Amino acid sequence: MLARLTQMLIKEFIQVFRDKRARYILFGPPIIQMLIFGYAATFEIRHVPLAVLDLDHTQESRELVSRFSSTEYFDLQRQLTDQAQIGDLIDRGEVTVALQIHPGFSETLRKGQTASVQVIVDATNSNTALIAAGYANQIAQGFARDYQMDRMRRISPMLVERIPSVELQPRPWYNPDLRSRWFFVPGVIGSLTLVLVTTLTAFAVVREREIGTLEQIMVTPIRPVEFILGKTIPFFLIGLLDVALIGLVGTLWFQVPFRGQVSVLVAGTVLFLLCQLGVGLLISTVSSTQQQAMVTSFFFIMPAITFSGFGFPISTMPQWLQKVTYFDPLRYFLVVIRGVYLKGVGTDVLWPQMAAMAALGAAVLTLSVLRFHKALD
Amino acid sequence: MRWNRLLAMAVKEIIQIRRDVRSLIIVLLMPVILVLLFGYGVNLDLKHLPIYVYDREGSQDSQDLLKRFQASDYFNLVKVVNNYPDLVRAIDDGHAKMGVVIPYDFSQKLREGGPVSVQALVDASDDNTANVLMNYSQAVVQGYSADIQMEWLERRGQTRPPQPLNVETRTWYNENLESSAFIIPGVLALVMSVIGAFLTSLTIAREWERGTMEQLVSTPVTPLEIMLGKLFPYFVLGMFGVALCVILALYWFHVPFRGDILTLFISSAMFMVVVLALGFFISVIAKTQLAASQIALLVTFLPAFLLSGFLFAIEQMPGFIQLVTRVLPARYYVSALKMIFLKGTPLSMLMSELIPLAVFTLLLTLVATQAFHKRLA
Repeated sequence: MLARLTQMLIKEFIQVFRDKRARYILFGPPIIQMLIFGYAATFEIRHVPLAVLDLDHTQESRELVSRFSSTEYFDLQRQLTDQAQIGDLIDRGEVTVALQIHPGFSETLRKGQTASVQVIVDATNSNTALIAAGYANQIAQGFARDYQMDRMRRISPMLVERIPSVELQPRPWYNPDLRSRWFFVPGVIGSLTLVLVTTLTAFAVVREREIGTLEQIMVTPIRPVEFILGKTIPFFLIGLLDVALIGLVGTLWFQVPFRGQVSVLVAGTVLFLLCQLGVGLLISTVSSTQQQAMVTSFFFIMPAITFSGFGFPISTMPQWLQKVTYFDPLRYFLVVIRGVYLKGVGTDVLWPQMAAMAALGAAVLTLSVLRFHKALD
Repeated sequence: MRWNRLLAMAVKEIIQIRRDVRSLIIVLLMPVILVLLFGYGVNLDLKHLPIYVYDREGSQDSQDLLKRFQASDYFNLVKVVNNYPDLVRAIDDGHAKMGVVIPYDFSQKLREGGPVSVQALVDASDDNTANVLMNYSQAVVQGYSADIQMEWLERRGQTRPPQPLNVETRTWYNENLESSAFIIPGVLALVMSVIGAFLTSLTIAREWERGTMEQLVSTPVTPLEIMLGKLFPYFVLGMFGVALCVILALYWFHVPFRGDILTLFISSAMFMVVVLALGFFISVIAKTQLAASQIALLVTFLPAFLLSGFLFAIEQMPGFIQLVTRVLPARYYVSALKMIFLKGTPLSMLMSELIPLAVFTLLLTLVATQAFHKRLA
């Protein structure tokens, strides 16, 4: 058995590494994709283009405007003179937020009444709008609080000293500067591995079937189990190597911290790869051409990534969909990889995810081996 | 160019597509699945985020503050723990996205006056969720603080002057800040990239791989006729996919549509032509189906997904990535889609989106036919 398996493996490795282009496909695209993803995937909102329409022209209104423009969240790009300009600029997408201060703003403030300011947000991108509106609100509230305090201090300094107030001290853990990249890079490592291992495994088997060499192999003494092992072991190793490679890009190029232990990550990766090899094999048993294999893989990969919590929190999905995500191996692997990278946690915390991947892997591998036998008959 | 030869080419292609029923079904299903996938799976409207509380005091005052967290739609107060390690553990293993710590001397300090701090430990490994959490909890605590102060002043016979500032936030184009309205229009670009570039490059690469392309060329059909004939059925399939997407978006997900259908049709047809030409070009330069699928993934699907503004805001990307997006057709189409759907932009104002698409079409057709000739030579 071992001798035949070795022969099978030698054949596979020759086939995989035969030409330069094939070698490039194994390692080139993952690295390029890692680089693109690392730069492009961000939900950070900084330097939002801002236009200001200050119709009050007083010290107070200028103070409010300068509070906006002095943060890194907003870039003051236009000072307007006419309300019609706001609609025009937002329509054309030149600014995302417009701040409008009405005439009589400071007078209302001085009288101790409530003055209104308007914040107009282009909500075409709902996420940018939500966060930018949040920042605008905080800045304006900060201004209001300070103004209120100043006024009370003038009326009665004693009161200001003794008035109670509650403050929130936020402590963002694991990612104190709130960098999107730290969140996405580990996720990209998982997603790329998923794409690569699933498609390569599915393609490798279907290709033999399409060309007709599968029949030839099956008439040799090689048994189906040996064939499956011979097909999967190379991609298992390539998968491990790719995780290491793009993981290095993540830590060395994008400077994402690696706080946990390599051994935990390796354990998680092995379990995850087992699931993906199983899925790849399963796809190959239901496809007779490479095109079919490609399309079928695509239909597995898209949902697997979308439902994994890669960029969109699982908790915001509808209940029924949240249940579906339990069958997504990437869901568990992302918890493991983010846990190891950012939180530095070990198996004591991550064992439920590991167990889930082991169970899914065992199930899908068994299913695919059974189906593979049937497909041969 | 002769119409009957072109027609014959198209008929051949249609027969070929029809023979592979499964691929055809998949092509027709894909738009539906992608829209459902992103409509349900991609939701950035964060609500009911799980939080834990460590109330070190357990007084009436601390309960009052916690009730405000409970009352908010944005938080889901899962558990009250009574020691710090439990809180840390919950954040480590992901059961809580935030832990609120109320100090042991909370009510005492409130009575004494002056500022009291409440800590919020936030799991910032997902920076976007962390950001939103901190914004919301800031608002809760500030509201509580303002009410405390009001009471305090009233007890001393003072009236607290009204809030100095009222911020009116207006969100244009997507009033309810629904992420589906922002994401679903962009799905059209994904669907077309997959049908246009991905599938066509695979089918054409198959002809090369099997040698049937040589046979085709030895007939009187000219290269341009081959290209147009092969691509025409996919054009129809792609436009059919667009129509399906639009119907689902409007009637299932109730995405607002403020533009006109004709503008949408023209822009979509232009983008479809670009991706088809791109798919043809890829098939000419790739030697195998595997290579074609990998290249198509890298130059069409990934850019449409990542660099088009579909999900991630282009203005937030680093400068050189922003430059890269300028040579990507998907960027212009996604931008046009969002403007047509949400802003109702007329055709005449979409020139800065449509002219680049026309230029891409010309360039790609030229390059693709050149490469075709060269490959045959």
